[in-house]
Amino acid sequence: MKLTEEMLSGFPDARGHFGAYGGRFVSETLFDSLMTLEKEYKRLKNDPDFQASFDKDLAHYVGRPSPLYLAERLTRETGGAQIWLKREDLNHTGAHKVNNTIGQALLASFLGKKRIIAETGAGQHGVATATVCARLGLECHVFMGAEDVQRQSLNVYRMKLLGATVHAVQSGTKTLKDAMNDAMRDWVANVDDTFYIIGTVAGPHPYPLLVRDFQSVIGRETRQQCLSQAGKLPDALVACVGGGSNAIGMFYPFLTDESVQMYGVEAGGLGIETGQHAAPLSAGRPGVLHGNRTYLMEDENGQIASTHSVSAGLDYPGVGPEHSWLKDIGRAHYVSVTDDEALDGFRKLTRVEGIMPALETAHAVAYAIKLAATMDKDQVVVINVSGRGDKDIQTIAKLDGIEM
Amino acid sequence: MSRIEGVLKSLKAQGRKALIPYITAGDPHPDQTVDLMHTLVAAGADIIELGVPFSDPMADGPVIQLACERALVHGTSLRQVVAMVKTFREKDDKTPIVLMGYLNPMEAMGYEQFADTAKAAGVDGILTVDLPPEEADEVAPLFTERDLDAIFLLAPTTTDDRIRSISQHSSGYVYYVSFKGVTGSGKIDIDEVASKVAHIHELTALPVGVGFGIRDAETAAAVGRVSDGVIVGSVLVDTIARNQSDPDQLKRALTDLLRPMREALDNLAS
Repeated sequence: MKLTEEMLSGFPDARGHFGAYGGRFVSETLFDSLMTLEKEYKRLKNDPDFQASFDKDLAHYVGRPSPLYLAERLTRETGGAQIWLKREDLNHTGAHKVNNTIGQALLASFLGKKRIIAETGAGQHGVATATVCARLGLECHVFMGAEDVQRQSLNVYRMKLLGATVHAVQSGTKTLKDAMNDAMRDWVANVDDTFYIIGTVAGPHPYPLLVRDFQSVIGRETRQQCLSQAGKLPDALVACVGGGSNAIGMFYPFLTDESVQMYGVEAGGLGIETGQHAAPLSAGRPGVLHGNRTYLMEDENGQIASTHSVSAGLDYPGVGPEHSWLKDIGRAHYVSVTDDEALDGFRKLTRVEGIMPALETAHAVAYAIKLAATMDKDQVVVINVSGRGDKDIQTIAKLDGIEM
Repeated sequence: MSRIEGVLKSLKAQGRKALIPYITAGDPHPDQTVDLMHTLVAAGADIIELGVPFSDPMADGPVIQLACERALVHGTSLRQVVAMVKTFREKDDKTPIVLMGYLNPMEAMGYEQFADTAKAAGVDGILTVDLPPEEADEVAPLFTERDLDAIFLLAPTTTDDRIRSISQHSSGYVYYVSFKGVTGSGKIDIDEVASKVAHIHELTALPVGVGFGIRDAETAAAVGRVSDGVIVGSVLVDTIARNQSDPDQLKRALTDLLRPMREALDNLAS
């Protein structure tokens, strides 16, 4: 399907649907709050003061635009297309997540909400939320699965230093999905004074829309930078997909550029065939979770399946509804790489370019290297380097058998 | 007239209030659920809300989360829950059964197939926590066509416009959630509930059941005084958790909890 600007304006539709996906599948208590949020966001989206504040913060607090960097040595060693890196890892707090938390915290301020809640997997969204809360003097509560609290202890401590309260979630699989369940439960109880900053393009409408809008700065910059630095549009974009916010941020401004191929890389875990993975687009089916209809990992009875990934940020059984739609219409390709391939990608980028990516990002790196090798030298592949790997040092060390 | 409507009309004619207990199917074990349903009826239940366990019960507090986990350990599926209702119906064709749960297990089973088997088994109503009427275009007609009552939630945050439109999509009764929070969490404010329910009664002719925060005969009576029925969940489920190792003691404990509520409600009529 060839997408046009006019078509895109209808996605999501007035009720938050991307084709068969998205929507607002929430308990009644939250409904009015979501309606208010949607209405206010629509108003503020076109409010010059709001946009000016957002742009100013992105420039002077986040440090945007982030560079688009030609990875010359990696390109040479791969022996195919030019590999360019969109350096979201250089943002303040070390990942793309802050683009969205700046935007949502600004929304919260305009709505007069003083208490912020967030869910987090790898902790990057939690840190980015705690950061903007510290700056704006907002009370911050971060929900994080108990297993993730263990494997991302560095980020837990960062959040605490920033003044946030971190709630270790003990229910279910003790990972990101359970953190989101508990954040929703907190929100229901405190809906009057609390703003829920969702970290990805999932959740009930209007979250997938507003997170996409806030993250689209990634793709807009990339488009401009690629045209001026490489002299052409990219031939392929590669981004990792957990919930999918960095991927949608990169893809969205290119959706109408038919020549640009898009690859969302899911967590293949121990291998799709083992069932131990977190790749709903590659191996799941549509269902309803966390307020939206989307591809999910579930059993035959509709119970949500447990997931596995070496990277906490991708360890989620669902995905943003817009990705489900892009998959179905064939506009973006969704693939997966295993834990081991991702770890190879991590080491490769670290040793060849001196850039240590987050384990989430390493999935995109691993796939992009395979992809670039099959392409011509005059073609351009852009990897969204969604985050830096400092937070993963302990995980990597442990895999190397080193106690720190 | 649906079984739910019939029961609620007859109660109203007698000046009585409905007692609507909730338990999670499959908790503590799938083999016990039908027996527990009969126990609830013997202790005074007018309608039973039978919870369909889900792996991610986002609107529920720890008590019902744990009930779901206990049920899912034994693999309790939506198909099995429907089969339990069918077995229940062998001995009881009067007590309406409402299945209460989350959308995904129904979506996974297939809505049409679910509606058919639920109807055939003797299910009377469906309450889907995460399905507001706005998203129910596809599903609700399948229920209506089969005379299954679609029961929707109203909350303290529901605006008047939505109370009207949700009521139009509902049949049987509407379920008013008494406070902002998950099941088993907060403290019910009777005055607030009274004024809200009175207001809902101005906007719809449907009976209003009130749930969340009803833990004993006293709160049941207070809520019964201002509504058409009281829904009791977490305190029952907690009782199941505490007596799960002894099935007979469990039945006695449920009865001891429910019967005083029944009496307190019936005392309102006299």
